[in-house]
Amino acid sequence: MVSFIEKFINMIIRYFSWVKDIVGKSEEIISISSDIDTPEKLIDHLIKKDEKYKKAFDKRNVIKVAQNKIYISKSTKIKNDDEIAFFPPVTGG
Amino acid sequence: MLSTNNTGAIVNFLGTVREKDKKNKKILSMTLEHYPLMTENEILKIAEQATKKWDINCVSIIHRIGKLYPKEKIVYVGVSSKHRQNAFDACSFIMDYLKSNATFWKLEEFEHTKKWVIQDKKEIEALKKWS
Repeated sequence: MVSFIEKFINMIIRYFSWVKDIVGKSEEIISISSDIDTPEKLIDHLIKKDEKYKKAFDKRNVIKVAQNKIYISKSTKIKNDDEIAFFPPVTGG
Repeated sequence: MLSTNNTGAIVNFLGTVREKDKKNKKILSMTLEHYPLMTENEILKIAEQATKKWDINCVSIIHRIGKLYPKEKIVYVGVSSKHRQNAFDACSFIMDYLKSNATFWKLEEFEHTKKWVIQDKKEIEALKKWS
């Protein structure tokens, strides 16, 4: 007999600028499979969940990612209790 | 504060809200959103990089958030040094990196619409001169 127990991890996801407007919220806490261990996989998970995520991440190459308030690439490992932020290129100054 | 430590030059930069957008449309107001704490971290990193790169004495950076109106001040960068070229270069470097790395987003408000400003590719190209 093969037993399989799926592990879950929790994360806070934050959205800014037009990404926030399209998703319709500035932050959310999610519980996801521990297999989702990169921003790339997290985006894949979100876009399957709802049409608004699909729209927000339509041009995913444009969107920047931060892990615990530090810029990361979409292939960086993410983990339980991380704060992940998605936002467009910045326009301050 | 900028004039301490044998200062011979102080360079001040002040960014302000334009009255019209790129298509010459009248801007009524501009709201600056930011990512609390990440913004402060990024600004500090930029100031530290400038301090390592040039012989400068003091750096002061102020960036406003929230709703602003045309002609109002958005950003201030002040740099002091013994010799002027270091202050000019460091100030320009800080502004280039603020524009491309600091987590601020501008929302322009017009008579009937609002529009998030899209990052100009020139801002990223501007960084090449510092590498």
